[in-house]
Amino acid sequence: MTGLTDVRLDGDPALPPGRDAVPESLGRPRERRMVPRADFGSYYGLPVLNEPTWQAHDIAGYLFLGGLAGASSTLAAAAHLTGRPRLARACKTAALCGVTGSLYALIHDLGRPGRFLNMLRVFKVTSPMSVGTWILTAYGPQAGLAAAAALVPGPWPGAARWATVGAGLLGPALATYTAVLISDTAVPAWHGGYREMPFLFAGSAAASAAGIGLLAAPLAEAAPARRAAVAGVAVELAAAARMKHRLGTVAEPLRRGRAGRLLRLGQALSVTGALVGLTAGRRSRRAAVVAGAALLAGSVCTRFGVFEAGTASARDPRYTVEPQRARLTEEEDDTQ
Amino acid sequence: MGRVGFFTDTSVCIGCKACEVACKEWNAVPDDVLGFTGMSYDNTKGLGASTWRHVAFVEQPHPDFRWLMASDVCKHCTEAACLDVCPTGSLFRTEFGTVVVQEDVCNGCGYCVPACPYGVIGKREGDGLAHKCTMCYDRLGAGMEPACAKTCPTDSIQFGDLDELRERASRRLERLHEAGVGSARLYGHSPADGVGGTAAFFLLLDEPEVYGLPPDPVVTTRDLPSMWRHAAVAAAGLLAGLVALSWRGRS
Repeated sequence: MTGLTDVRLDGDPALPPGRDAVPESLGRPRERRMVPRADFGSYYGLPVLNEPTWQAHDIAGYLFLGGLAGASSTLAAAAHLTGRPRLARACKTAALCGVTGSLYALIHDLGRPGRFLNMLRVFKVTSPMSVGTWILTAYGPQAGLAAAAALVPGPWPGAARWATVGAGLLGPALATYTAVLISDTAVPAWHGGYREMPFLFAGSAAASAAGIGLLAAPLAEAAPARRAAVAGVAVELAAAARMKHRLGTVAEPLRRGRAGRLLRLGQALSVTGALVGLTAGRRSRRAAVVAGAALLAGSVCTRFGVFEAGTASARDPRYTVEPQRARLTEEEDDTQ
Repeated sequence: MGRVGFFTDTSVCIGCKACEVACKEWNAVPDDVLGFTGMSYDNTKGLGASTWRHVAFVEQPHPDFRWLMASDVCKHCTEAACLDVCPTGSLFRTEFGTVVVQEDVCNGCGYCVPACPYGVIGKREGDGLAHKCTMCYDRLGAGMEPACAKTCPTDSIQFGDLDELRERASRRLERLHEAGVGSARLYGHSPADGVGGTAAFFLLLDEPEVYGLPPDPVVTTRDLPSMWRHAAVAAAGLLAGLVALSWRGRS
């Protein structure tokens, strides 16, 4: 390789690593398709959208924790009012843990965590994140007070009762607004599923709260949790099926790859948890614990699966371009 | 001053990237890439936190070899999703009708990034904040044109009053069609499109997706009222369901 010029060629050991002038040497290696897709124009297969910068463990984690907290508070309030103190206490504790974890995940994901209070300088209904910040601000202290009073009997039982009811009423808002949070983006799989996403999230949240009930409440008090598990999982499955049907091509990221595996695993765990809870979980504490754990794990997998499906749909320009192209063709046909 | 904009006429772009350089220089945008993409002469790939002008290079071998070049930029949409979803009010509409990030308010939540239907705005690793083209807000305030338009040697990038630019673009399109360039079309000029028209619009020589642009973007917040309604029904169902299931068969 020592010639007349001092130009260093690719493969030259003297070349610093990463400086080879070969195609695709910039950035991480991408998956390559063996057969190019026909009838689809793109710019070197690059995404049209910029991929969400959100970290899965923060934001998908928050989708789960927010749902768990919200639905747990509602179940806790219902249990509290129907004379099931131990179910109520378990759910209140889970709600406090959920909302604390949510807050940590949200602040951790900010590029400038020190500025998280900047979100309290405005209230914007056009920004689901702004609405969510205010929901959390209203919900968090009530969930905290309800849990604190359940764990350590305090001097104000009246306030604790109101906090339990208040958190129970706000819980569903916390559990479902996150669906709007991710749907209100240009990410094809998230935006396209905006009609079903709140129901999917509500079902998954109910199933996870039911999981806490099965896991921690005695059998005699866990009846609402057993029923909520079945209802929650049924709603979740129905919403997911409808979403996939309506999304058409854009449903592919929900079926394929890591997202597809997570969603299938989530559904399997949820169904198992609900069925075990309803059958063996009635009689055996051990079976109830297994069912509860499966329900919680199922909800985690579902949320991470939905999150991954969204980022995958943003990465492939096909899911951005094809539906828009189809819309334009339809409009042209209509005008002719 | 009324609403201003860019008319980027890609039919006269020569791919010199002077706009990319002028933008970086004027706005002190840090370097983000150092490498070879293998995508013709493109080495920035697309817009992001540290690329506010991006020159696309498309080599089309068939039927006759043709080289498309286009300088992409933030569209400064009439209905801007980034601005709508920003939870701090950091993104705002200026007196020139442009959309700008206030860096001292942004907390780096990153919501604007997936909200943008064009893949323009990005979050910078270094400072954790969202960044994008400001249409040289500081220069506009001083009565100057943006750096990219100023430096463009072929006037492919034209800056000015938006209404006047739209008229100029229509005339240019007509002339190109008369000259037999049937593939010429305007992109983003119509206030009736999914984002209410863009302040930065383009004359393209092929389908938008060939340049990496979405063919029919719609601002995500158009569906937001419906999203809130669906969420409200789901929340009410969750509340009613859990309460009803707890009341049934209580002791």
